[in-house]
Amino acid sequence: MFTIDFTGEYAAFFLFSAIMICGAVLMIMLEKVVHMVVSMAAVFLGLAGMFVLLEAEFVAFVQVLIYAGAISILMIFGIMMTKHQQAEQAPVKPLKETLAIIGSLSLFGLLFYAIRRTTFPEPLPFQPGEDNTMAIGMTLYTGYMIPFELLSVLLTVAFIGAIVMAKKEAD
Amino acid sequence: MLPSYLTMAAILFCIGLYGALVKRNAVIVLLSIELMLNAVNLNLVAFSKYGVVPALTGQIFSLFTITVAAAEAAVGVAILIALFRSRGTVQVDEYDEMKR
Repeated sequence: MFTIDFTGEYAAFFLFSAIMICGAVLMIMLEKVVHMVVSMAAVFLGLAGMFVLLEAEFVAFVQVLIYAGAISILMIFGIMMTKHQQAEQAPVKPLKETLAIIGSLSLFGLLFYAIRRTTFPEPLPFQPGEDNTMAIGMTLYTGYMIPFELLSVLLTVAFIGAIVMAKKEAD
Repeated sequence: MLPSYLTMAAILFCIGLYGALVKRNAVIVLLSIELMLNAVNLNLVAFSKYGVVPALTGQIFSLFTITVAAAEAAVGVAILIALFRSRGTVQVDEYDEMKR
């Protein structure tokens, strides 16, 4: 199970996972809120690199555009428009923090145990198609037409709702 | 290679869960939720390459997840700004009207 052959994919995987774990842990550890958002951007970029490794180039670029671009900027605006000076000074209740650590560590242990115990069958060769973006577009506009349209309606409704909620009341 | 990706996603998910439970700033709680969604995306894309029957469906699913996550982030930040306007704080443990 632990046989690791040092291929190029493994080296790149190791690099990206190091970036992502560093970013995520820094997000937990840092003091200032803006620094946390910037370290999350590192996680998003590392994840995009991992998608390229998995031959999902279109998803990787969507990841860079939506997460590393839009959502990070949105969060920074959210921080800017709210009060953020008193950054995390009073620590949370120690009981709650201990319970959260125990809970997330035991969840990780459970997942890790399950992943290591499972024997994954040898996959068939992956055919991403000549052009990943073209293949995704073909699939999206043939088999997933209805979900795609529903999703665009959902996105429109969500953004209109966000504007209405964040708008300053006139009175 | 699949177990490595799954373990990586599990690590990200657990860090996100811890952040969502412990952090007091509501923006960071939203970011932690995004981190958990990203871990799920990694699982979907990893299974779309290394699953028993590799197909593009996993990537399509992850695109749908990304879209819903973008909508969720926008609505979340909007609610946060509205809450901040009415309460004057973004610390999640001060939103305790329903406990009193």
